[in-house]
Amino acid sequence: MSELTTVPKAIGGPSNYLDERLGAGNFLKRNLRKVFPDHWSFLLGEIALYSFVILLLTGTFLTLWFKPSMMEIEYAGSYAPLRGVMMSEAYASSLEISFDVRGGLLMRQMHHWAALLFVAGMTVHALRVFFTGAYRKPRELNWIIGVLLLTLALAEGLTGYSLPDDLLSGAGLRITEGVAISLPLVGTYITFFLFGGEYPGEDVIARFYSLHILLIPGIILALVSAHMVLMWMQKHTQMPGKGRNNHNVVGAPFYPAFMAKAGAYFLFTFAVIAGLATFAQINPIWLFGPYTPADISAGSQPDWYMGFLEGALRIMPSWEINMFGTANAGTLPLSVIIPALVPMGIIMTGLALYPFLEQWVTGDKREHHVADRPRNNPHRTSIGISAITFYGLLWLLGANDEIAANFHVSLNWTTYVGRVLIFVGPALAYLITYRMCLGLQRYDAGVISHGVESGVIKRLPHGEFIEVHTPPADDIEAHVRGKRPVLMLPVDDDSSGIPPKGMRGPLGKLRGLMSKAYGGEKIPLDDGHGDGDGHAAIGEGSDDHTLTR
Amino acid sequence: MTRITAWRRHPLARYAVLIFALALVGMAYTAFAQASQPADAALASGRVDDVAEGKALFEAHCGSCHGLNAQGTGTGPTLIGVGAAAVDFQVSTGRMPAADPGAQAPRKPQPQWVNEDAIRKLGAYVQSLGQGPTVPSAEQVDPKLGDAGKGGELFRANCIQCHNWAGAGGALTQGKYAPNLNESSPTQIYEAMITGPQAMPVFNDSTITPEEKRSMIAYITQVREQKDPGGFGLGRIGPVTEGLVAWIAGLTALVLSAIWITAKKRQKS
Repeated sequence: MSELTTVPKAIGGPSNYLDERLGAGNFLKRNLRKVFPDHWSFLLGEIALYSFVILLLTGTFLTLWFKPSMMEIEYAGSYAPLRGVMMSEAYASSLEISFDVRGGLLMRQMHHWAALLFVAGMTVHALRVFFTGAYRKPRELNWIIGVLLLTLALAEGLTGYSLPDDLLSGAGLRITEGVAISLPLVGTYITFFLFGGEYPGEDVIARFYSLHILLIPGIILALVSAHMVLMWMQKHTQMPGKGRNNHNVVGAPFYPAFMAKAGAYFLFTFAVIAGLATFAQINPIWLFGPYTPADISAGSQPDWYMGFLEGALRIMPSWEINMFGTANAGTLPLSVIIPALVPMGIIMTGLALYPFLEQWVTGDKREHHVADRPRNNPHRTSIGISAITFYGLLWLLGANDEIAANFHVSLNWTTYVGRVLIFVGPALAYLITYRMCLGLQRYDAGVISHGVESGVIKRLPHGEFIEVHTPPADDIEAHVRGKRPVLMLPVDDDSSGIPPKGMRGPLGKLRGLMSKAYGGEKIPLDDGHGDGDGHAAIGEGSDDHTLTR
Repeated sequence: MTRITAWRRHPLARYAVLIFALALVGMAYTAFAQASQPADAALASGRVDDVAEGKALFEAHCGSCHGLNAQGTGTGPTLIGVGAAAVDFQVSTGRMPAADPGAQAPRKPQPQWVNEDAIRKLGAYVQSLGQGPTVPSAEQVDPKLGDAGKGGELFRANCIQCHNWAGAGGALTQGKYAPNLNESSPTQIYEAMITGPQAMPVFNDSTITPEEKRSMIAYITQVREQKDPGGFGLGRIGPVTEGLVAWIAGLTALVLSAIWITAKKRQKS
């Protein structure tokens, strides 16, 4: 094959023209060879990114026909069972998109499936970042941007769900109103401001429409850009492995390898969303009927990402406080305020603050570019699984009526059991995960000290059978040896029994205790794995912290 | 390394074993769970008149719970005054005779002695004990004569809070439930409204007129016969199954494709 030694004029000319005016050549030269590490879990965030692109495209299509108006009209479209029914223009135009616009139903379904996958992609991406500690310095701000994006995605989902003005979306809107009006002091003002008067009024669809198609997606787009730029500048974290450290990135260059993979992954995402939209019906608004505040249906549920709030509302006992013993002086409906604000507050605030809390506990101010394996920071992993259990139980209980109806259990018992599990479940999950992490660490230590099973069985002269172990492969050993102990604050008292500075007082003592538990090396790699077969045994939660000093 | 050993150590081998074991457990379960078919073939013979024959059927099949004179016992309510419509609904859907006590008697296949004739005779006997709603005529329940649009509005206002927007059913308290309406005949739907079986309230003719009932039947049958325009209907129970599909089908497919495109070439050993 002949080598090209000069750039063809047809390419060189325009490129030069642009380069002289934009200075893009230097930028591209620097960035096209940017190295990206390779691991399947690093692509999870891209699910959200590509779903967002598909949401923008399909959403634009939908705006061409959707009418954000609550004016009452009589339906005269092609869906027979609703003909002659009075409904809002918003609902009628959603039906028009579904039945009378070519490709409209496919676009509506793609938009909805993409929305579900958008939030699901964000969720699994956030979990990956959390469990590998990829939020640590210098990436805390990007983590905060991510938490904001997740919150905005929920708001975007809520406003979008309400737009078609069908019976289900109305049920969601009613709960939104209930939450707003339950807020102490400002509740009624906020509700009247939001709905332009008494619920449901005639303004809310138009207002949600501008939030849904303009304000929230605009902010999301800006934050996504910031998220990507920061990721690009700070470089992506990498899994521990051969030749990888905090000062390099081992992987493939952006062009051509990573670009091809990212492009392919966009097509995969597109295919999954288009495939779901073609074969699986979603949000069949024509079955729900138009919204009237007097009607409500069994099985009224929000989209999955609101399910945890629904579950919290369903298991909450009906507590309320009448101020000064009379409803005239105002009522504090705890049965609405607590489920609406507490789980969301725990999860979102917890996510946002976690990097800073961890730093406060471990005193770790170092930069990290090599990811942790989840087992190597057992307390973080246990906290994460505990939070997943909390969220997952609430999510599951949001569907307790469908569970009761389809699995023939008593609806009341799902509630009673849920009220207990929501406290017991996360605690159990914490303990179990912690033991599993230590077990896996012990297994790693076994791989280092014993090697891996070779499949060769040997019989010794005295009759005993043993399986011959071989040393692990280089890359596996490097991956395992990528373990770094979690940092710990200097917590021990000095020789005269005085605790170090910052560890005095109740808060300081708590910090010291947490640091002692959270940090330190639990199962050192090179100490064998404590199974009592001739190696040094390791005591429970070994107190050997020499590696961390 | 023999070929069998190589298969055994294949990275997919553990999944194959898992799937095999699950299949084995599943097959064993279905083999043991085969329900025995009830064999009840006691049909009274002889023709006196419907009421007398109905009484004989009643004593043979219903009396043990409802009392030999339908006066009711500790296990079954009195049937005096419930009318022939209630008998037709309960027996034609297989709910009665009940198989076992529970929160609610489920729809099930009819026992062998039940046929239109037997139901009519039972109904005539129960009707003779006291007045009550009668079985509607074919014209009263003909979906073609109803107005589906009007019926839909009534359906949404009165039925869906328990039966779901598409008649897919839903849960009620303490193990009770609103059944799905997919198998109910127009006559059974009408009878359910006028007799209020089990947990269902009665919708008498002054609450919902017979014409309105017919319109509701028109809506229910039109919607359930409709082919879902958007693909598989996912049980028509809304966001719960949609969320399951998004995670289990959608996200799993995307995760698997991510694993696929970032996979390293396997080293030849």
